[in-house]
Amino acid sequence: MTVISTEKDTEALHFRLVAEFDAGVERVWRIWADAQQLQRWWGPPTWPATFETYEFEEGGRAAYYMTGPDGEKARGWWRITAVEPPRLLTFVDGFADENGDPVPDMGETAATVTLEDLGGRTRMTMTTAFQSIEQLEQMVEMGMEEGIRAALGQVDALLAEDASV
Amino acid sequence: MVVQTLRQDEVDRLFQALADATRRDIVARVLVAEYSVSGLAEQYDMSFAAVQKHVAVLQRASLVSKEKRGREQIVRGEVDGVQRARRLLDDYERIWRQRVDRITDLLGEDAGDDD
Repeated sequence: MTVISTEKDTEALHFRLVAEFDAGVERVWRIWADAQQLQRWWGPPTWPATFETYEFEEGGRAAYYMTGPDGEKARGWWRITAVEPPRLLTFVDGFADENGDPVPDMGETAATVTLEDLGGRTRMTMTTAFQSIEQLEQMVEMGMEEGIRAALGQVDALLAEDASV
Repeated sequence: MVVQTLRQDEVDRLFQALADATRRDIVARVLVAEYSVSGLAEQYDMSFAAVQKHVAVLQRASLVSKEKRGREQIVRGEVDGVQRARRLLDDYERIWRQRVDRITDLLGEDAGDDD
C-alpha cells in the first residue's frame, strides 16, 4: 500500500495525504509536470481528464475537462502559484463553465504538493484546503468514482442512472 | 483510522439533491436562517409549487426540515455541517487514494525502463 497516512481537519476543512512511491523524485515529479501523464490519473477511470492548456510554471494556467460516460464534460482550471522542481508545486483549483471561464461562486481550493527523496523512493505529501462545505461537496461531486458522478447541473434522472452502474 | 461512509442510497439522495443549483442555493440560505416556503419562492423566478418540490427533494436527503407554523411552512437547514464535512472528506480521501493507485500503475509501467 502506497498511501502512508491521511489527515482531515473538518473545522479548518483541509485534507492531507502522504503517499510513497517506488520511484525517484524526478520521475514522480513528471506525473505532475507532464500533462500527458497527469491526465492519465487525474480524472476517475470513467471520467478521464483532458488538459487543453497546461502552463507548468509560476503564474501559469491550466484548463481541463473530464469527459463522462455519456459524453458530458465537467470543466476545471488551475492557477499555478509555485513550481520548484522537483520538490514543490502549489496551485489553486476551481470550476469552469462550458466556455472554460472560472465559476467564481463555486469557490477555489489551494493545493500544495511536496516531494521528498527517500533514497530512491519518493514521499509525496498533498494538502488541499477548502473554503466551505458546499465547495467540498462540489469537489467530491466532480471527482467521485463510479456511482456518484455528478457533473453539476445534471438532471436527477441521469444521476440515478449513473448511480446504478 | 475509522472511515465513515454514507450508505449508497444516502449518497444518491444527497448528490441528487445537490446537483441542482436552486436546491444548493436553498440549502445555503436556510443554513443561515430559516425561511418560509413562500419566502423562498420570492427569491426565485419559479412557481411556489416548484420551490415546494425542491424543498421536498432536500427534505428526503435530510438536508432541510420543514415545520408548519400557523399558515406558513418553515424550512430550516438540517445538516450537522461538521459531520457532513467529515463524510465528504472521507469521499475526497477515496478520490485521492484512487489517484495514488493510478499513479502507482503509471510509475510501474516504466519501472522496467529505469532499472
